[in-house]
Amino acid sequence: MPKRTDIKSILIIGSGPIVIGQACEFDYSGVQACKALKEEGYKIILVNSNPATIMTDPKVADRTYIEPIDPYFVEKIIEAEKPDAVLPTLGGQTALNCAVTLWERGVFKKHKVKMIGAKGDVIKKAENRELFKEAMQKIGLDLPRSGEARSYKEALEVVKEIGFPAIIRSGFTMGGSGGGIAYNMDEFKVIANRGIEISPISEILIEESVIGWKEYEMEVMRDLADNVVIICSIENFDPMGIHTGDSITVAPAQTLTDKEYQAMRNASIAVIREIGVETGGSNIQFAINPRDGRMVVIEMNPRVSRSSALASKATGFPIAKMAAKLAVGYTLDEIPNDITKKTPACFEPTIDYCVVKIPRFTFEKFPGADSRLGISMKSVGEAMSIGRTFKESLQKGLRSLEIKVYGLEDLNFEPNEDQIKQALSIAGAERIFYIKHALKSGMSIDSIFELTNIDRWFLDNIKEIVEYEKNLRKYKGKKVPRAILREAKIMGFSDLQLAKFWAMDEDDIYKLRKKFKIMPEFKQVDTCAAEFEAYTPYYYSTYL
Amino acid sequence: MKALLVLEDGTVFDGTSFGATGESFGEVVFNTSMTGYQEILTDPSYKGQIVTMTCPLIGNYGINEEDFESEKPHLSGFIVRENSRIASNHRSNMSLDEFLKKHNIIGIEGIDTRKLTLHIRSAGAMKGIISTEDLNPENLVRKAKSSKGLVGVDLVKEVSCQKIYKWNKKGKHKVVLLDCGAKYNIMRDLAKRDCQVTVVPAKTSAKKILSLKPDGVMLSNGPGDPAAVTYVIETVKELIGKVPVFGICLGHQMLGLALGGKTYKLKFGHRGANHPVMDLKTRKIEITSQNHGFCVDMKSLNPKKVTLTHVNLNDQTLEGLRHKKYPVFSVQYHPEASAGPHDSKYLFEKFIGDMKNAKKN
Repeated sequence: MPKRTDIKSILIIGSGPIVIGQACEFDYSGVQACKALKEEGYKIILVNSNPATIMTDPKVADRTYIEPIDPYFVEKIIEAEKPDAVLPTLGGQTALNCAVTLWERGVFKKHKVKMIGAKGDVIKKAENRELFKEAMQKIGLDLPRSGEARSYKEALEVVKEIGFPAIIRSGFTMGGSGGGIAYNMDEFKVIANRGIEISPISEILIEESVIGWKEYEMEVMRDLADNVVIICSIENFDPMGIHTGDSITVAPAQTLTDKEYQAMRNASIAVIREIGVETGGSNIQFAINPRDGRMVVIEMNPRVSRSSALASKATGFPIAKMAAKLAVGYTLDEIPNDITKKTPACFEPTIDYCVVKIPRFTFEKFPGADSRLGISMKSVGEAMSIGRTFKESLQKGLRSLEIKVYGLEDLNFEPNEDQIKQALSIAGAERIFYIKHALKSGMSIDSIFELTNIDRWFLDNIKEIVEYEKNLRKYKGKKVPRAILREAKIMGFSDLQLAKFWAMDEDDIYKLRKKFKIMPEFKQVDTCAAEFEAYTPYYYSTYL
Repeated sequence: MKALLVLEDGTVFDGTSFGATGESFGEVVFNTSMTGYQEILTDPSYKGQIVTMTCPLIGNYGINEEDFESEKPHLSGFIVRENSRIASNHRSNMSLDEFLKKHNIIGIEGIDTRKLTLHIRSAGAMKGIISTEDLNPENLVRKAKSSKGLVGVDLVKEVSCQKIYKWNKKGKHKVVLLDCGAKYNIMRDLAKRDCQVTVVPAKTSAKKILSLKPDGVMLSNGPGDPAAVTYVIETVKELIGKVPVFGICLGHQMLGLALGGKTYKLKFGHRGANHPVMDLKTRKIEITSQNHGFCVDMKSLNPKKVTLTHVNLNDQTLEGLRHKKYPVFSVQYHPEASAGPHDSKYLFEKFIGDMKNAKKN
């Protein structure tokens, strides 16, 4: 289908201030959308209250309003600009909430503004727990048991059915704020009341605990011709119970058989169709019970999500740009793949590397904040790394956090067994380092799994790093063979880490590598695992 | 243990062996699927090939009892960047290493699989050898060069069943499946849709097939060069017009040849789970599972007799055809998936529709 000619101007709602759970990802998606639509000749009207964004640079949109993202102000802009359409799915939850309110108030109808990307009823269906549950039951998908409550009295009845631990989520909030996990009635009372208070619609959801289950996300795209493709699967290293934004995540999914992956793919396609997101990207979350493989749908974001930015960079598929093109009527087969140029965007990227995202915490800047991780997001940033193996990417990612570690290093003190056990079962910012200490002290993978529910495949990979480090340390004061140094680099050890093991200078390691000709190679991110020629200079380094 | 992978053009890759040890030849190809190595290993279409996985981390979820596509692996060798030393999945009962050892398949890891893939992409699929015994590259190049290769070789006879057998006993639609190296999931998909499936060896004559009074005949996938399997082409010629026919992959190529078309070898083939295919009638796009090195030449088919139904959007090659007069159709890709997406299962429904219509008339 060619692009729509019945619309000439489009209002794009930005994401507003940067807060935990909604950072610059939505500036990135908004800029992509503005550029993609301007290139098609549409007049772009942009509203974003945050002047410290690229989106609000004078040349990005045709008209830029630095005003609060609030129904009152956005309505005024609509009155002044009379846009033909509004695209609410690229500015995160803030933009989406604002659009839903305007839709409910009949503002779009009054000013003849068409909603593109996702319509009002669709957004409601995805965001309203009860409607979402009904929709999922209709297509035969399994969900955690749950119930909604609009008062504490109602909440008590629901939790009686579900039992503890119970998860409480506050309706229509972002980054999981106002939610929590209650292990007993005392905790429940506090969290449930706070959730009702904080929700703009005074509503909470109480849910069967799937804490400890394997957690996955699927990034899905759909066009007006009903073609649906999966852009990326993401597996959380930290299982259910820790917000995705606070979890180490890995792309592509690593521990799913084809049968399990296809079940999730089929479910994702069914979800986007049933919810009715017409065009663009959506993000769907799933949990799998590691003991029996039972899969449940957790939630769907009918918009470009925080993970979309990660998935775009992880695969080379520009989700926000494509979402914008699809919103104005193009179909996936009509848009060329940016990277291969010759093949169409209607395909599923395949990855021949391992991507790891690691959250960055700054609890020291928030004295008094509870540093235990849970279902409200607490991280303030993240690092993403690409390597050929999980081990390499994990170590690369850790040294990119700017927390003065240069790989999977030791904690700066020697924790005792109790400290280790506690840090494993109650996740905090440094859990990954405690896992290392646990393995070093000889704790078995099964015991660590019991405390963390982190998949044994990830734990064994960490164990390999720990074992190899032990081996490397033996060469202190001795001549290091080339094969040993090469293997260390393949496993992602930095020169600085190696220098510490061998009481040398970082520069000495570099010289040794030069002598041995152990230098990084640069591999291309090409969306297709080298099957087709790629034209975009987008590389990562790795050792061979 | 150290192992070498050597290509016939002299390219050498150093690696470490896993699975069985020894020496093995085959055509070196790459598969871009990110899941489903168990299905790929047990797919009989890989007979005579050494398969490289572009996804670097393989073996993570082990091997289980349910996801087999035939009773054993048929490929000549398996190349990965990193083989997982543990198997993590509630269904797994064996590691990849144990599985390959059990079936005497040589695996090699620590290979720069991206470099190898780029090489195959630019130079084309070629003969190669993996060895843990002879580590002299010059010897190995010589051996690889003198190995048989795939063109003109009938590999079907090596993977087809030897005797007629019933896959399942009950079902409304009687299907005879001509086994050129069929994947189990074709049988499973038919059985799931109320078909009673009788599997017959590839050499079974049309007369014998028709004597079983089938409602429809399924032409399976299989390995190697379709033009070398002349007996199946003859059988298919005789079946056209007498019974509904549905062909998959090699079955599609057989049908193309039986309809007077020609096949040719693709430079490096299509092997993966992400190829977009357009249904030319509905303009809908399916993401498909693919595994083929040969292809039916679109231009060689008589447009008065044959309708082109599906095309690959990556390289515009032929993906599906239909007879203009008879209920006879085929696709180059794998609607039975396994490994790969389930977008094309509707083709089984279409086959059942054809059988129902034929019965009515």
